Amino acid sequence: MSGKEALLEVDGLKKHFKVNQGWIASLMESFGSGEPDYVHAVDGVSFELREGETLGLAGESGCGKTTTGMSLVKLHEPTAGDIIYDDQRLSEATDAEIKKFRQNAQMIFQDPFESLNPRMTVYDTVAEPLRIHDIPNETARVQRALEFAELLPAEHYFDQYPHELSGGQRQRVAIARALVLDPDFIVADEPVSMLDVSLRAGVLSLLDRMTDEFGLSVVYISHDLSLLRHMCDRLAIMYMGKIVEKGPTDQIIENPQHPYTQALINAVPVPDPGVGRDRVELQGEVGDVIDIPTGCRFKNRCSEYIGDVCDQVVPPLEQKTEFEQDVACHLYESAAGYDPYEEMSGSPSAAETGDGAESTPADD
Amino acid sequence: MSQLEVEDLEVYYETEEGPAQAVDGVSFELEEGENLGIVGESGCGKTTLAKAIIGILPDAGYINNGSINFKGDDLTEMSGPERRRLKWEEISMIAQSAMNSLDPVYTIREQIVEAIETHRPGTGRVESDEIVTEMFELVGLDPERADDYPHQFSGGMRQRAMIAMALALEPSLMLADEPTTALDVIMQDQILKRMGSIQEEINSSMLVITHDVSVVAETCDRVIVMYAGKIAEEGPVEEIFNRPYHPYTIGLKRAFPNIRKSSQDLLSIAGYPPELVDPPQGCRFAARCPMATDKCREEEPEAHYENGLRSYCHYADEIDTELRPYADDSDTWSQTAAATDGGVEE
Repeated sequence: MSGKEALLEVDGLKKHFKVNQGWIASLMESFGSGEPDYVHAVDGVSFELREGETLGLAGESGCGKTTTGMSLVKLHEPTAGDIIYDDQRLSEATDAEIKKFRQNAQMIFQDPFESLNPRMTVYDTVAEPLRIHDIPNETARVQRALEFAELLPAEHYFDQYPHELSGGQRQRVAIARALVLDPDFIVADEPVSMLDVSLRAGVLSLLDRMTDEFGLSVVYISHDLSLLRHMCDRLAIMYMGKIVEKGPTDQIIENPQHPYTQALINAVPVPDPGVGRDRVELQGEVGDVIDIPTGCRFKNRCSEYIGDVCDQVVPPLEQKTEFEQDVACHLYESAAGYDPYEEMSGSPSAAETGDGAESTPADD
Repeated sequence: MSQLEVEDLEVYYETEEGPAQAVDGVSFELEEGENLGIVGESGCGKTTLAKAIIGILPDAGYINNGSINFKGDDLTEMSGPERRRLKWEEISMIAQSAMNSLDPVYTIREQIVEAIETHRPGTGRVESDEIVTEMFELVGLDPERADDYPHQFSGGMRQRAMIAMALALEPSLMLADEPTTALDVIMQDQILKRMGSIQEEINSSMLVITHDVSVVAETCDRVIVMYAGKIAEEGPVEEIFNRPYHPYTIGLKRAFPNIRKSSQDLLSIAGYPPELVDPPQGCRFAARCPMATDKCREEEPEAHYENGLRSYCHYADEIDTELRPYADDSDTWSQTAAATDGGVEE
């Protein structure tokens, strides 16, 4: 691993989607009855991606991890918040600067059967980004990328179409395509979940080599915590659009502090019949991200619920006094001296909306 | 006598190139109250095996040879109506995708009641409703939601509804085909836990089919590892995990990361399973096995019995004595990967 410098900083990122309604509902709305609904897919997420590290984004379906990942490579325009890359706020960047950013930010998708254009050969698929960004030495670069992805000999694959390849080979083509521009970081969204078990390790070791040999940073999105433990230096656990816990991987897996993280990690089956585990039965299911509850989003399912403070005050993700990782939970004492109870007694109306900026409307 | 005895079962699929031997000479037994796991990669024949047992093979599939004895009766020789009677009442199936298994135009209650009334004529509506309520409570669903349609349920709820339905007639054998693969971990954990306790209550046995080695480690008493239509190895779950004799089992086990271990070398098995229309002679795993010799490519291995394990490998006894460190080393496997890289599948 190289230095610890931050390559990318995500600052209070929010992405809200307008709920699709029928035309009658939207007609009624235009006559002034009620506000449109929003899905708060990502709702105030901050973290940094350091040079050469692999950061895992984990959580159950619908927690906002994929939306966060897509926002990172500008496939979504954030509703609020910003991404700072190379001392540059992307919200203030010019078109040329955005194009430069896109060259450095690449994504690998979950399903290699859908992410590759079935009508393009492997060569064209990998060369396309070079053409878009006007980069010379096309053939040599394509060849090098395919070789790195262990598709050997590379020429053998040039004229093949995706349907002629197996799932593992397709995912390697997707990796070659992402690497051909020599990016600074890659967002990998469940890159092996569609592959057969025996082939996964090969693709994973490729991703490992990317960080080791090129010093690339990777954001690895997955619901599979066993895999993330294997791949990542740091982890961020998401729940209903927010990060609830963030820190070094071993710390989080071995010593989780947020009640949700604890339940999540306890639920992971262990491939060793000799090992038992404490099973925490979690009540209910992930809540609705349209009508966001006040206070902590996990309060209704939480076994450690401690009363009004959980109901009223949104717990900030912050350093606590007792351990290394950041946790968003009122159970622990803030290292910076933040007192959630002050917010409760101080101004009840402010407490109601959490951090006040919670209700910023979206525009898409 | 075991509850289920599968003997020398061959299930083939009709294809344009000739019959594909999806299940090829599989024999095993399942005792009453036992949990048996079947693991393997996609296409190894595990789902076909389950479908043959419950009798829902697709049109192209047929049983070429062998027998499936359930409580002493050969299922392969039964007439359609006889088999239908067994289905749900004695043998039920929890399929991977509950969305496709539940009928979208009937409420969950109607579907469960229909199954009850078909198999137990004369059951009154009140009694059926009681069963529905009881089953819903058992799987952790609110009985009031039994009148909902499948689309009103979340994925986890549908899967639980599916399990409620599979349990309604207290079958003595449940076939669970990737019962939790589509679910998030927390839901998976809850469902597996409930299935375990329900099973204890009604003392049914279960056949768990999955690609996920860790699910098997936690839920099963015994495991069958299948490869390309054949059993590679079979035995008690502890033995399979701690001291397997078959290189494929070793490889498969080592391909899975363990959340409890901080640093681990994952292992990748190079190559692909063979075509089942014209399977290679000898051991089917030979082409991907780092330990394969000419003997492996020519002669089909006989069963090797030791420590309660049945292992189909020519070198099973040597693996236990000398070859194990070699077979357990990820470098061994990556060298095979490099050697076979030129021979990629076209």
